[in-house]
Amino acid sequence: MTVELDVFVGNTIIMSEEVYQLWLDGYTVNDAVRVRMEGGVLDEFEANTDIVLSDTMDQYRTFQMCERLLHSPTKLANQLLFQIPPHRQATLIERYYAFDDAFVREVLGKKLSKGTKKDLDDISAKTGVMLKSCRRQFDNFKRVFKVVEELKGPLVENIRQHFLLSDKLARDYAAIVFFANNRFETGKRKLQYLTFQDLAFCAGQLINNWTVGAVDNMVEDMDVDLDKEFLQELKELKVLITDKDLLDQHKSLVCTALRGKTKAFNEMEANFKNLSRGLVNIATKLTNTKDVRDFFIDLVEKFIEPCRSDRWTAADMKLYLTHYTNSAHILDTFKHQVVWDRYMGVIKSCIFKMYHD
Amino acid sequence: MPGKLKAKIVAGRHLPVMDRASDLTDAFVEVKFGNTTFKTDVCPKSLNPQWNSEWFKFEVDDEDLQDEPLQITVLDHDTYSANDAIGKVYIDIDPLLYSEAASVISGWFPIYDTIHGIRGEINVLVKVELFNDLNRFRQSSCGVKFFCTTSIPKGYRAAIVHGFVEELVVNEDPEYQWIDRIRTPRASNEARQRLIFLMSGELQRKIGLKVLEMGGNAVVGYLQCFDLEGESGLVVRAIGTACTLEKLSSGSSTHTHPNTAPASNACNSPSKDGKESPLAHGCRSTHNSPVHSACSSQRLSQNFSVSVPTLIFTDTDLSLTPKTGMGSGSMGKDAGPLKTLLRQQTQTALEQREFPFFTLTSFPSGFLLHVGGVVSARSVKLLDRIHNPDEPETRDAWWEEIRQEIKSHAKALGCHAVVGYSESTSICEEVCILSASGTAAILNPRYMREGCLDIAGSDHRFEDPSPSSCGFCHIPYDELNMPFPAQLTYCFHCRRQKVPDVLFTTIDLPSDAAIAGKGCFIQARLCRLKKKAQGEVNATAISNLLPFMEYELHTQLMNKLKLRSMNALFGLSIQISVGENMLLGLASATGVYLTALPAPGGIQIAGKTPGDLNNEQHILNIQRRINDTIAKNKELYEVNPPDLTEEVVGSPIPEPRHRSRLFRSHSESSDELSELDLSHGKKDAFVLEVDDTDAVEDIHSLLTDASPPKGFHSCNTETMPGIYNWTSALQMFTSVRVLRLSNANLTNQALNKIFTDLCENLLKSFYFKLRSMVPCCLSHLNFSVAVPEEELIQVAVTAVAMTFDKDQTQEKPVEKPITKGCSEAEEQLQFPLELCADSSSVNSQSSSKISGVPESSNLSTRDRCSTWLELLRLKAHTIRRGSVKTISSLEHSSPITEGRSRLLRSSRSFGGSSVSVVKMTPLSFLPGTRIVKYLGIINMFFIRETTSLREEGGVSGFLHSFVAEVFAMVRAHVAALGGNAVVSYSMKDCVLMENPNKNQCQCLINVSGDAVIYIRETDLEAIASTVALSSTNSDGAT
Repeated sequence: MTVELDVFVGNTIIMSEEVYQLWLDGYTVNDAVRVRMEGGVLDEFEANTDIVLSDTMDQYRTFQMCERLLHSPTKLANQLLFQIPPHRQATLIERYYAFDDAFVREVLGKKLSKGTKKDLDDISAKTGVMLKSCRRQFDNFKRVFKVVEELKGPLVENIRQHFLLSDKLARDYAAIVFFANNRFETGKRKLQYLTFQDLAFCAGQLINNWTVGAVDNMVEDMDVDLDKEFLQELKELKVLITDKDLLDQHKSLVCTALRGKTKAFNEMEANFKNLSRGLVNIATKLTNTKDVRDFFIDLVEKFIEPCRSDRWTAADMKLYLTHYTNSAHILDTFKHQVVWDRYMGVIKSCIFKMYHD
Repeated sequence: MPGKLKAKIVAGRHLPVMDRASDLTDAFVEVKFGNTTFKTDVCPKSLNPQWNSEWFKFEVDDEDLQDEPLQITVLDHDTYSANDAIGKVYIDIDPLLYSEAASVISGWFPIYDTIHGIRGEINVLVKVELFNDLNRFRQSSCGVKFFCTTSIPKGYRAAIVHGFVEELVVNEDPEYQWIDRIRTPRASNEARQRLIFLMSGELQRKIGLKVLEMGGNAVVGYLQCFDLEGESGLVVRAIGTACTLEKLSSGSSTHTHPNTAPASNACNSPSKDGKESPLAHGCRSTHNSPVHSACSSQRLSQNFSVSVPTLIFTDTDLSLTPKTGMGSGSMGKDAGPLKTLLRQQTQTALEQREFPFFTLTSFPSGFLLHVGGVVSARSVKLLDRIHNPDEPETRDAWWEEIRQEIKSHAKALGCHAVVGYSESTSICEEVCILSASGTAAILNPRYMREGCLDIAGSDHRFEDPSPSSCGFCHIPYDELNMPFPAQLTYCFHCRRQKVPDVLFTTIDLPSDAAIAGKGCFIQARLCRLKKKAQGEVNATAISNLLPFMEYELHTQLMNKLKLRSMNALFGLSIQISVGENMLLGLASATGVYLTALPAPGGIQIAGKTPGDLNNEQHILNIQRRINDTIAKNKELYEVNPPDLTEEVVGSPIPEPRHRSRLFRSHSESSDELSELDLSHGKKDAFVLEVDDTDAVEDIHSLLTDASPPKGFHSCNTETMPGIYNWTSALQMFTSVRVLRLSNANLTNQALNKIFTDLCENLLKSFYFKLRSMVPCCLSHLNFSVAVPEEELIQVAVTAVAMTFDKDQTQEKPVEKPITKGCSEAEEQLQFPLELCADSSSVNSQSSSKISGVPESSNLSTRDRCSTWLELLRLKAHTIRRGSVKTISSLEHSSPITEGRSRLLRSSRSFGGSSVSVVKMTPLSFLPGTRIVKYLGIINMFFIRETTSLREEGGVSGFLHSFVAEVFAMVRAHVAALGGNAVVSYSMKDCVLMENPNKNQCQCLINVSGDAVIYIRETDLEAIASTVALSSTNSDGAT
């Protein structure tokens, strides 16, 4: 005796958030049933395994049918197949597009291509996120990327409008798209200590300050690419390290300001030229796509690591960068204040965020 | 040329990609009505085309308007090859044909393809201009309104209830035509869908004509069914109740004032002595039984009838079945004298009708005087292999035969009418079981006689309360002449007339019935194996099995009823489905404790071998468990009868000496059967005899019937007896389960167990899935069983889960016994106000008395009851003497609305929902809301087929999406009519044919319901309060 067919369909969609999450996490029906039973669902309403199985199956089928709609969330609101209350729609979408930080950290900056998709089983094994869930997340990234890639206007807003995501999630997706588009290297061992949230924050800084859209909202261009003109202008900053007078003057200004305010003063003074060269070199090289990709690794290698080995505290770092940035304004022969501020503003906040263990 | 149909195709969206190369679609639309077709331009390369077409105009006969659907086909243009169809939309334009219903159909419709399901949506505008006035439409029947609702629709009053209308149409099934061998499955499915649309249109038009002939303007309780007879054809048949409905004038007032109730109460007032009632004389009959049913097989001329709870087999065929039991020949022989008797009475109007049947299940007070019991008839027919043009007549004759049977059963019960009437079929290959059932009843002749139209008109207040909380329980037959020993007692309410110990009915609990506690869903399930056979042998085998199935189902029902300490069943429906090697029987009903009836006795277990100590011990154990269960159930359902009197009240364990024999039977012995008949006659307890393992199992199954978990209630009627404070959250659902029996050599017992578990598990599953809605009630649980193939059992359930306010129930236990259903609480109190309209002080007094009746002690109950009844009788007479004019003038100042009463109860309605939401419910109402407009009937038929079953997620995945699609299409049609809900929704058919080996599956679904516009009561509060004020005034004025 076998159950050949078993369906339960409500006029209004019937779903439990718990089962939805299990589905999203890639549990098979049987595993989901096991998890639910371990979670104590059996104690409620005289349930037994068959009932939980039947309920799980119904919901899994519903989710599978919804999945097509979730791929273009705006359709979910005006489709007729399922009657879904608005708050449920929001939950369905938000959860569907949610991702695991561990997983996203692995693919961040990688090309969202078939090649990467093939590596998903490795990523799954490494992160402990189920392969099915990895695929969903990866496909979400790819889908969002494809849609907004060609769109004009602010990136975050575009994502929010096309995928009906919350502000927070839309920002995260903007970061993912931005990383994927510029192919920033994030996978090196030295960068492993950075969390997705660290990098997403940096991406946000870059999007808000270094893209064309950042300067002028009216410009009908995309937020996805860095402002080429700006990158070009960054070359001008080179004087800060090539002009020996300027470099010395900058150093003395910073040292005067810092003296007595930090325990790491000696290290700062000793390392000033190195560090300054590091930061300015990063700036001047950004016209090369290859160097753009290495932006984060460069920041870590050229600045964060030396500071860390000198045992700077976060406060030291803040103090140093503030004075380093501000002192440049006092340099009378230095004419590129605007570019400098635009550059250092981002660098500062990125380094603050990235300076931890 | 009486009509011009205009259609405009606006836009499409979410179309599928038809051109792989461009990932786009070049869509255009064909609009077809009758034989005329128009096309839109091609909208190239778009998945969201904007056609914005001109208005396509069809000039057509109104007959066609009624029969034909508007057919919209979306296609993908292809320059080189044939255009590919994307999908279709059928729009029934019938709702546009009545003056008050929808004026335009406008909205997004899912584009449906029988192979691919829903493929995008299309926005369409449809209008109809009727040139002639309504009178000219008599050749067609435009303007006759149809309602699936089995009560008088809200916002209307019935001026006259004309009675039964039926019609059937027969055609060849396109699936079985020769051409089907060469056409695609899609073409075949579409031919079928279109044909059924046409046939149901034609059927509806023909029924409409009959209604017009009778002088009515509406059909209520319209029930349409399809019989897929395979090679012998396709039958579409419908029954309904013709009425003359009048729209209640004031927009805000949907209900008539109860002020004319006394006139009708005079006739069914419980104070009346049976002998005085003109009806009582008419009800004398030599053979009475609460439930009658009969089965017959056409070819075999075999007849028998079964009457239950006291079961009597009457078998008129001497050659085939041994003569069993008593009461034989009751039907035919007595019809003559009975008729004469009846003729002398005042009910001639009703008598003259061919079939005094009513498909309604709830009635205004005063309409239903007495209820006799369930009458049912079944007949086994062999379908003719060759389609024959005279077919309709054959089918007509079959049904005619069955209806006659029902009619004579009703007469045998001393009743002249059948209410809650329905018909169904079960077909397996060439064998067809036709079934009909209803509740024999005596109706107030006043309502029937067309001669007394004015009175009838003013009497017909369908929401009127009546004080007769027990009148309908009084036996309609003559107790001196009972053919079977039913146990009669004096009514526990009025103490004047006799009532039976148990009452079974197919109708809803009358709104004014006095009950104790809550109701509960009771189901009896049964499987019987039968040998595979062909033709007549098969038909004989089936018809031989039927009476035993009927009997056992009733036995089970009775036992389960006793186990729950209840004494009446409402909404009883017994379904018998035939398969190649088995018969399935499923009886569902809602049990309730009627305070007018005696308390049910317990169940006693008896052993056959008294000497055996072990056995004795075992029996004692079972007995204890049964008693415990009864006690537990009493508590669970809050069955605390108000007056446990000195009179017979069943202690759970009767004195052993009084024990009579058993309640379960095996098909074998006839003497056992006759013994049975006597059984409940004398005693207040049933005795279950443990004589073999079967019996033990039966008892076990009796005890293993799980009661719903805490917070859940369930019933299969419109309203849940004992729950009145609904909140507005609801969830309608459909569930289908198919079980494959892998073991071919199952015994009846094993099969029963499997079937019982299947039903029980379904229920448990519902409770689990809907647990977030607790406290909640599953209402209108409608089970339907089928045996789609050998080894397969299919159960489909449609029901609605509704939340209610638990606290309120607990706070107001006092009102429970008298407040009724969902809507009557207010009216209940309203009635006495009307009675004593001349003095407001008396008003309050009498109303308090009424509410006091059920819970007050026995003695005082009687006293109060009688004084109150005196009063009532007096008032009734007064008012009757008063002129009709007074009554009709009152009608205008009668703004008591059901809406208002609901409003008071549902102050806690849920927060706003978005506009596009369409609610669906199998009930005729939506809690917390008021229906302000009926937009027309929704009657849709869909076929879905797949040749890639695995890819669609197997049978479950396939059916899941199909059911979701059907819901979506129903909602879209309702929304396009401007509605926001479907009430009285039902899924009539769900026929699933699968062939997993070929990766194929086909499914047919037929759904129907009434599209309505409802308004939340919270939105109406202002209006309602003014109404309430004016009502008080008007009461005073009278």
